[in-house]
Amino acid sequence: MSVEPILTCRQLVKRYGRVTALDHCDFDLYPGEILAVIGDNGAGKSTLIKAICGAVIPDSGEIRLGGEVVSFSSPIAAREAGIETVYQTLALSPALSIADNMFLGREPRMPGFMGQWLRATDRGRMARFAREKLNELGLMTIQNIHQPVETLSGGQRQGVAVARAAAFAKRLVIMDEPTAALGVKESRRVLELILDVKKRGLPIILISHNMPHVFEVADRIHIHRLGRRLTVVDPKAVTMSDAVAMMTGAMAPPMQAEAA
Amino acid sequence: MSEATPTGRPAQQEFEKVLAGATTSVASFDEERLTLLQRLQRFLHAYPTTVPFVVLALGLLLGVAVNPHRFTSASNLSTVLTQVMVTGLLGIGQTLVILTAGIDLSIGVIMVISSVVMGRLGVLDGVPTIIAFPLGLLCGAVFGYVNGALVTRLKMPPFIVTLGTLSIIGALITFYSRSETIGMQDIDEQAPFLSLMGDQVAIGDVRVMWGTFLLLIVAAVVWYILTRTAYGRHVYATGDDPEAARLAGIDTDRILLSVYVFAGFIAAIAGWALIGRVGAISPTAGENMNLNSITAVVIGGTSLFGGRGSIIGTLVGALIVGVFRSAVSLAGLDVLWQEFAIGVLIIVAVALDQWIRRVSK
Ligand SMILES: Nc1ncnc2c1ncn2[C@@H]1O[C@H](COP(=O)(O)OP(=O)(O)OP(=O)(O)O)[C@@H](O)[C@H]1O
Ligand SMILES: [Mg+2]
Repeated sequence: MSVEPILTCRQLVKRYGRVTALDHCDFDLYPGEILAVIGDNGAGKSTLIKAICGAVIPDSGEIRLGGEVVSFSSPIAAREAGIETVYQTLALSPALSIADNMFLGREPRMPGFMGQWLRATDRGRMARFAREKLNELGLMTIQNIHQPVETLSGGQRQGVAVARAAAFAKRLVIMDEPTAALGVKESRRVLELILDVKKRGLPIILISHNMPHVFEVADRIHIHRLGRRLTVVDPKAVTMSDAVAMMTGAMAPPMQAEAA
Repeated sequence: MSEATPTGRPAQQEFEKVLAGATTSVASFDEERLTLLQRLQRFLHAYPTTVPFVVLALGLLLGVAVNPHRFTSASNLSTVLTQVMVTGLLGIGQTLVILTAGIDLSIGVIMVISSVVMGRLGVLDGVPTIIAFPLGLLCGAVFGYVNGALVTRLKMPPFIVTLGTLSIIGALITFYSRSETIGMQDIDEQAPFLSLMGDQVAIGDVRVMWGTFLLLIVAAVVWYILTRTAYGRHVYATGDDPEAARLAGIDTDRILLSVYVFAGFIAAIAGWALIGRVGAISPTAGENMNLNSITAVVIGGTSLFGGRGSIIGTLVGALIVGVFRSAVSLAGLDVLWQEFAIGVLIIVAVALDQWIRRVSK
């Protein structure tokens, strides 16, 4: 591929005490692609994406975004750089409303005096926007945009987190198991949303244990094993069972796949 | 495997084909059948501030039942309002801290040291009030900053930090004040502004201290900040689930630090009101105020686990304490029964909070 990757990680290391979560891990993401990351439980997938989005600071290694070396000291810094993340834990505040959660950390101010001098947030705008984004996701079962997130079902919460990331991303979207708790219909919507985001020209990193979903939407599949990239495969050239075999260590990765 | 169809939509799997026919209207349900108790629980979960209002109403009923004539008399109402003034102010600062799942045990001594600083500078050292007063407020904010810095930088539990600063500031008060009380005459001669909040206005027959209006103003400002600004939402989010708040892009350490500074500053304002209320600047006045402020917050329905509560609740909580005290004393009972009643209220309030939270489990 002659195109330069938009995001590269080289030799990332992250240790939690004696546990090595990332072991000299490399990672490449190309513009406009959907890159799936698969791997066993505890392989270090979440740690990898947290290192990318500033939620954990790697012990060593280098991350480049658009060619520039970046070192995000916090999730805020990564967000300012246009990276939006759906965390596996969702990162929603249970007692706050859906609308409050969607805008957490970037609340719009009211126009004029109220906003400029009294710093009032524009709650009407927040509610309309949140409603609109949830409708796009087909989350019609949410009746009240002002209800606290803790009163939502697990799947509805996941929907809120996905809607938030998709709505605000400027540069790249990271989704850590975005469909794990979703129903058939809602999962389908999330997959469609992922393709919509791709159509907007944004690349997506998708972590998932759902092989049919991964093989359906991914352009490339990063297979993660024991804290590092085992190989990257083309979903059109590899079968699901081969991918699973590689991921679990039952099969050695094909040599030529490294170039994919 | 399936490939993207020409429409750009992912190819559906067989069982997903029927999704095209799925309904797209917002869901609505018939109300499920609930017992009265469950309905009450849901209602209180949705509108938590109703609890303190109901308790306040009960307290008022109790007072009227005990002694209808004296309880509703103007002088009794004045007394209740005067008692609520300082506790209410401290309670507002305490609410901010408790919303972040913290606690400030030093808020009472911060209030006292701020009033002592204002008094010694302004009255004894002859510093102009226009300088002495802001220095007193600054003193409160600085001690708040110390608390906040210890909590955020050293990651110490707020209970331990403020237990420590409670002792330290208590000692500093004794040292700096030399255990002297500054009397009303001296204050009125040198710096009458410092006792201004104790001046009274008559509304009908009820005499109201200026400090009561100060309380309402501070409450309104903090209520606005908590409910209408982004900062306020961040305070709630930080107390609710700090890790989620951090991942969602909130600088939780900054929020925590600011909350302690804010609480210290409000404590200093309470120190100003305290001078008027006591009619002197005393190093020993208001010793138990930190606990009283926590009582008001908790009875007002703010959760000690953080993320839930309101300023209105705290104001009502402070009023509840005042009303119950007044009712018990009008019943001719010993003061010890006031303490007893407050103790029961605290335990009932926290038990109720636990029960209400169970709705979402
Ligand atoms: N905060 C933490 N403290 C200590 N160890 C951690 C922490 N987070 C992750 N680990 C460890 O790092 C390793 C990788 O965890 P990670 O969450 O990245 O796995 P994962 O690939 O996302 O797994 P899953 O598929 O279950 O989500 C695990 O062994 C885990 O125990
Ligand atoms: Mg994970």
